[in-house]
Amino acid sequence: MKRILLAALLASSSTLAYAEGEPLKIGFMATLEGPFTVLGEDGQRGFELALREADYEVAGRPIEVIVGPTDASPESALRAARKLVEQDEVDIVIGPLSGSEGIAMRDYSKTVPQVTFINGISGAQETTLVDPSETFYRYNMDGAQWTIGLGDYVFNEKGWEVVATIAEDYSFGYTNFMGFALEFCRAGGDIVERQWVPLGTKDFSSIIAALPEDVDALYLGLGGADAVNFLNQYLQAGGDANLIGGTIMVDGTVLSSEGRAKEVLIGTPSSGPQADTWDDPNWQGFVTAYQEAWPPEQRFPSPSLLATGYYNSTNAMLAAMEAVDGDLSDGQAGFRAALASLELDAPNGMISLDGNRQAIGSNFVTEVVQMDDGTLATQLVNKIDGVEQTLGLTSEQFAELGLPSRDVVDCTAWQGR
Amino acid sequence: MADVSEAAAPLGRFDLTRIPAHIWVIVVLLLLVPTFTSGFVQFQIFGWAFILGMISLSLMILAGYGGMVSLVQMTAAAAAGYAVAIFGASAVAEISFAWPWPVAVILAIAISVLVCVISGALAIRTEGIYTIMITLAIGSAFFYFTRQNYTVFNGFTGFNGVQPPQVFGVTWNDPTPFYYLTLACAALSYFFAVYLARTPFGLALQGVRDNPRRMAAMGYNVNAHRLAAYAVAGVISGVAGVLLVWSTGQISPNTAAIGPIIDILVITVIGGINRPIGPFVGALIYVVLRTYSLDVLTALGLDGERFKLLIGMAFLLIVYFSPDGMCGIWDRYITRLWRDPKREGADG
Repeated sequence: MKRILLAALLASSSTLAYAEGEPLKIGFMATLEGPFTVLGEDGQRGFELALREADYEVAGRPIEVIVGPTDASPESALRAARKLVEQDEVDIVIGPLSGSEGIAMRDYSKTVPQVTFINGISGAQETTLVDPSETFYRYNMDGAQWTIGLGDYVFNEKGWEVVATIAEDYSFGYTNFMGFALEFCRAGGDIVERQWVPLGTKDFSSIIAALPEDVDALYLGLGGADAVNFLNQYLQAGGDANLIGGTIMVDGTVLSSEGRAKEVLIGTPSSGPQADTWDDPNWQGFVTAYQEAWPPEQRFPSPSLLATGYYNSTNAMLAAMEAVDGDLSDGQAGFRAALASLELDAPNGMISLDGNRQAIGSNFVTEVVQMDDGTLATQLVNKIDGVEQTLGLTSEQFAELGLPSRDVVDCTAWQGR
Repeated sequence: MADVSEAAAPLGRFDLTRIPAHIWVIVVLLLLVPTFTSGFVQFQIFGWAFILGMISLSLMILAGYGGMVSLVQMTAAAAAGYAVAIFGASAVAEISFAWPWPVAVILAIAISVLVCVISGALAIRTEGIYTIMITLAIGSAFFYFTRQNYTVFNGFTGFNGVQPPQVFGVTWNDPTPFYYLTLACAALSYFFAVYLARTPFGLALQGVRDNPRRMAAMGYNVNAHRLAAYAVAGVISGVAGVLLVWSTGQISPNTAAIGPIIDILVITVIGGINRPIGPFVGALIYVVLRTYSLDVLTALGLDGERFKLLIGMAFLLIVYFSPDGMCGIWDRYITRLWRDPKREGADG
């Protein structure tokens, strides 16, 4: 009897589900446990900042948030998403944070067409390139797009022609390296040695001992605790080579770490979706809002790209929601159309989506500088607009390049093309 | 006193009339779960709990019957999961053979047995903490190896798009079919473990646990019994591994990382390491805590970030108040219930 009553209640409420004032349920996913916890927490700050600015309300509908913590493994992302969608019955999921999680979400989103997924900041290329999902939208560029401009800059401006690389042995490591290597090799550079280290490496001594002497620079594609560990040991070993940083190597999470090791990074060119000290008023406004929203000990000196990514995704959701006046009753079709055609005026430049619902945006080549207060930050060197997922290649060239892996890019094959 | 022994040892005699009422209630409730729960609860709570319970059960057989605390059971299950992805079909077409599913499943279980037997062969000559260390070392070696090997295990990303087969026109990873599939496998493993304790082999194994020297003197081959126990445990963890990869559709090194390896031990300990039902009770508690602790904290108006603390504290409390886990708490409750004034004289 209770069941029948409940069913009747559900049936009657579903007709009213999208009425004015009905709460909008948002599922939030980020790495709130495991190795990327610090990154996940900054992602959450970005997400909350956008909602605070909207007063937790969109088109007259109050916003209800349900958090799904993950640990960067695809399995944990899947379990968190299943709970959000099947148990809490959210309308929209914002997340995940990490590359392999994104691929798992692409596959999962195909099985639950009633829910729209907006990527948090995960950057694996396959997520929107191979067999993309109709209901998965990504307003951040992938790991390869984040390196556009860097290869050119170090070859042409810095005059570094021969490099060796050390990067993390997983999908984001490959993707991030691939974009750099492609441009660097096409400009005429040569990569003489590639070292791949497992995620979570603590002891880099054997790798540092094996570093070649006769190269112009070292490319470092490490992140989080690995990056800090490497820099510490590199400093102790008396390393003084020119460095080139991957996107998460010079992120706020590393630049705000304790100790002197990070100072090795001063002057290091890098690239990514933002430059900390960019003087654009929109960007500066975002930085100030972030700094004012939390006391200094509860945040980074300046928002990391994770905070920016989640902030943009959440704002995209809010904007599309406003566009359809909070109405999702058409199976979210109108909302999705609004998402697809959205031109997001984000703090880090204009963002629009391509046919695979993948971001086309601006990329920033930066150098690490020391600020007056002693903290480190990234300073803008060059900004490239309209960076597409195909990295400026024709579709045949892009197919020839192959999916990111240890051996992509084959440097000799692309030299001078 | 006769009543007590009847209630405490109800199963395995194949006499339905001797099964006490509360067991019947549990059986009927388990069969009816899909009528009053959502797909999420069936799939993500019960399905996951049954799978973790089976993996923990394989540890319970080794630890409870054989006195060998093996941390290699999660690894064996993950090896089976990898075998399903490699021999069967997955989204990583360059590696997967896409053989028919019965072949993949049989190979998967065989590989799980192999992993257990090889680990067992290395570990059976040791005792206590040394067994734990050796099996943990094998588990972490497997974790790091799968993460760095790309030709067979596809490295960090592992395999995705592993779908259960369509048999009898049923999509087996739909919540209700999957619930019954895991329930059936879990029930079979459970009754097998109950039965095993009373077989000559099971009795000899418990003898080996209690006094290996005396058993050896009586002519039992101690090491062979221990090794055979590993093989038996490998079958159960293998089946669980197949179900695990079907439930999540993917497998990656994280499935058998150090965290999940320790989780299996925690589940077995909080459930009760001496009885086959213990692992399933422990798994259900673990899954419910994992899934809902964050919601509980936020509902109480507390900071959700500390949800792992709640899980840890719950485990600590259970183990503190009952060193033999939830089964021990249940036993004491039953004993107290039976010690009413009328029986006091007869029992005392």
